[in-house]
Amino acid sequence: MSEQVINLTLKVWRQPGPDAEGEFKEYDAPGINTEMSFLEMLDVVNERLIERGEEPIAFDHDCREGICGSCGMIINGQAHGPMRNTATCQLHMRKFADGDTIVIEPFRATAFPVIRDLVVNRSAFDRIIEAGGYITAPTGSAPEANLIPVPKEVADTAFDAAACIGCGACVAACPNGAAQLFTAAKVAHLNLLPQGQPERWTRVQAMVDEMEAHFGSCSNHRECEAVCPKGISIDFIAMMNRDYLKAQFKNRRLASQSG
Amino acid sequence: MTLTDTPGAGSSLLDARIPDGPIHEKWDNHRFSMKLVNPNNKRRFEIIIVGTGLAGASAAATLGELGYRVKVFTYHDSPRRAHSIAAQGGINAAKNYRNDGDSIHRLFYDTVKGGDYRAREANVYRLAQVSVEIIDQCVAQGVPFAREYGGLLDNRSFGGAQVSRTFYARGQTGQQLLLGAYQAMARQVKLGTVELHTRSEMLDLVVVDGRAAGIVVRDMVTGEITSHAAHAVVLCTGGYGNVFFLSTNAKASNTTAIWRAHKKGALFANPCYTQIHPTCIPASDEFQSKLTLMSESLRNDGRIWVPVNPDDTRSPDQIPEDERDYFLERMYPAFGNLVPRDVASRAAKRMVDEGRGVGPRKNGVYLDFAGAIERLGRQVIEERYGNLFEMYDRITDESPYEVPMRIYPAVHYTMGGLWVDYNLMSTIPGLYVAGEANFSDHGANRLGASALMQGLADGYFILPYTIGDYLAGMLGTQAPPTDHPAFREAETGVRDMTQRLLSIGGTRSVDWFHRELGRICWEYCGMARSREGLEKALSEIPALEAEFWNDLRVLGSADTLNQSLEKAGRVADYFEFAKLMIGDALHREESCGGHFRVEHQTEDGEAQRNDDDFAYVAAWEYAGPDRDPVLHKEPLEFEYVIPTQRSYK
Repeated sequence: MSEQVINLTLKVWRQPGPDAEGEFKEYDAPGINTEMSFLEMLDVVNERLIERGEEPIAFDHDCREGICGSCGMIINGQAHGPMRNTATCQLHMRKFADGDTIVIEPFRATAFPVIRDLVVNRSAFDRIIEAGGYITAPTGSAPEANLIPVPKEVADTAFDAAACIGCGACVAACPNGAAQLFTAAKVAHLNLLPQGQPERWTRVQAMVDEMEAHFGSCSNHRECEAVCPKGISIDFIAMMNRDYLKAQFKNRRLASQSG
Repeated sequence: MTLTDTPGAGSSLLDARIPDGPIHEKWDNHRFSMKLVNPNNKRRFEIIIVGTGLAGASAAATLGELGYRVKVFTYHDSPRRAHSIAAQGGINAAKNYRNDGDSIHRLFYDTVKGGDYRAREANVYRLAQVSVEIIDQCVAQGVPFAREYGGLLDNRSFGGAQVSRTFYARGQTGQQLLLGAYQAMARQVKLGTVELHTRSEMLDLVVVDGRAAGIVVRDMVTGEITSHAAHAVVLCTGGYGNVFFLSTNAKASNTTAIWRAHKKGALFANPCYTQIHPTCIPASDEFQSKLTLMSESLRNDGRIWVPVNPDDTRSPDQIPEDERDYFLERMYPAFGNLVPRDVASRAAKRMVDEGRGVGPRKNGVYLDFAGAIERLGRQVIEERYGNLFEMYDRITDESPYEVPMRIYPAVHYTMGGLWVDYNLMSTIPGLYVAGEANFSDHGANRLGASALMQGLADGYFILPYTIGDYLAGMLGTQAPPTDHPAFREAETGVRDMTQRLLSIGGTRSVDWFHRELGRICWEYCGMARSREGLEKALSEIPALEAEFWNDLRVLGSADTLNQSLEKAGRVADYFEFAKLMIGDALHREESCGGHFRVEHQTEDGEAQRNDDDFAYVAAWEYAGPDRDPVLHKEPLEFEYVIPTQRSYK
């Protein structure tokens, strides 16, 4: 560990409100300790802004441990910045050099309108989960847990998908503003498990249809996978597409039987 | 603070409503004796839930599914961000899948003992009973718990427990449990039984005719202040650890919801019971914004030490064995590095206070894996702790495979909270409190892997019954209209406070005040507390608070997203709350669990309880802005677990 002090220039997107015009503003950020996290650097810049009588930069953040998914910004053109598998709050200033200029923007996407500065509205993700991102298990009563054996490999793969923190970097990095990786992660988590089988086909159809009502289309750029702070694989997108295709037939057949 | 000891008045306010009968029959009997609400009548009742962590999301999902009309409020942009998501270790349940001697009674016993005999036996027993159902529920929802090769659930031992009863999902158990509850709630949102309000902060509780009648909320994007009425209000808003500024809590975690309910008449219980977690990453600079927890499981293989010579500047690998002080192994030969959280924390503090701390700021102790790597091989250590080592490396730029970790204790969890009876109802009828926000189950110290258990027990299994019992008696009544004078008055109060904060026009930021307040609390009301220190804190805080109201600078306006304004309201409440917490610590002339008074210790420096005088819950009543709070006592009786002095020698 080598503690250093560096001087930076920031170009930050400032936008006073959802309907207001935004612009980049330049700020000097001298005397930044390299032990700081990126968000602590912004804390320091904000303290200085308040001292000068300027409104601080608004940004979402909460746990600062890389798990809540609140934080996220485009740093020098990359969602969550230059470090792989790392959310913005876990990025540290030692990754930057003295004299650097850092450009900071919100997660931009049609489905993520800007609320203020670096804060965006990601509630379209909640709509996708509401459409089918669950297993219908009545609360308060369930079969004994070990009655449902789950092969370890299946549980592990389901977990790999379930690790998604819902930050939205995948959407922000996608040139089409698509939410395939987010949606596929939840579809795969639930569709892989034995408990998820009864609703497998209706789930994937409902979630994908809801996703398409808000987000752009996937054209296999794979940027989503590159920026994902949890390293979620685009293999899950292939899995989702396969299930979605099958669902077109299965759901139709189910519907005809019931009718 | 003067103490008004009013046992007569106190006992009528504090009826814990513990059902009769043997402890293992209480909950069953109570469930049968509670009134039910007819399915057609459930939709006539509105319930407000504040907070969407494990307790709030599980309560909302369950109550919505039962058919009540539920409104949920969270200050996050999505319910899934609640801080339950950051819990790492796991969740306890008395399944006895390992056949290693676990049982409901043993989990009950361990929890009462671990809480240093300051919890209510009946509540803890019920918690142990429903723990087994929680696992069933979560598996049915698709929570991807760790599995064995045969496909059955895996367990591990945690926090020094002698049985393996902890279920886990890698190091992200809280995340997976919260997503399970969030998804169950999302299903109800889609079905229309739950109405979700995000980026909405509760700023007051409204009480009409002595009953909780609703809340006043600020829309954090538009600044609009609105009132919401209901037949019952449930607060699931977490703990108050951020009063210390630096803690492992998320940045937005706050005490505002429960504090404002306290000011409307809900008694606050045991605020001095705060838990310090021994294995966190030490602060690296003065701008440190929060502390990061490293799972307690690391102590299973890591050895904790400091150099014998305080002025030793050599790198740790250059310090020979005989110049290292493995202080936990030296002081507690039987338990060594696995002593409970409070004991390990105080020992580390002693080393740093003696000037023997390590790292550039001399504010940590080493947690060394060199021996374990040599004994077990790097691969085994990587399998066990790989993700934690990586996280540590990312934050400190040091690899624990090569150099020892540096750790130091940090505030982690708060056992105190609003007082609730057996039904989880506060002293305000119709106001329920669940999860970390109540005081109910952990006594003076919480065991590892039991916070998640309590949050889900409250939300999935307890509140749905007990709220029904309360509502059944209200059939035919309407929730008061939101133009009722009590709502108008609360709205005005919220608007006035907002304007007051914005109009001070001082020079210092809210973070500056929060940091200063936290420094005082940590210094005098942290790991070790003394009468002198606590009195000093009580004399320093009012001056800082006065400065806050004179010299605070909150820029911007009330009708946009304004994060400084949000923080300012929370810090204003922390100032008031801190005085109560410190006053409680001052009044409790004993050491127990997370509350260590230096005047009350054994010859070996261990916590010395005083069961004769302090075996009670201290529940404080708000008496007005400039008046001392009034103490009410709920005596604790131990019929099934006989209090003993803990020893880890």
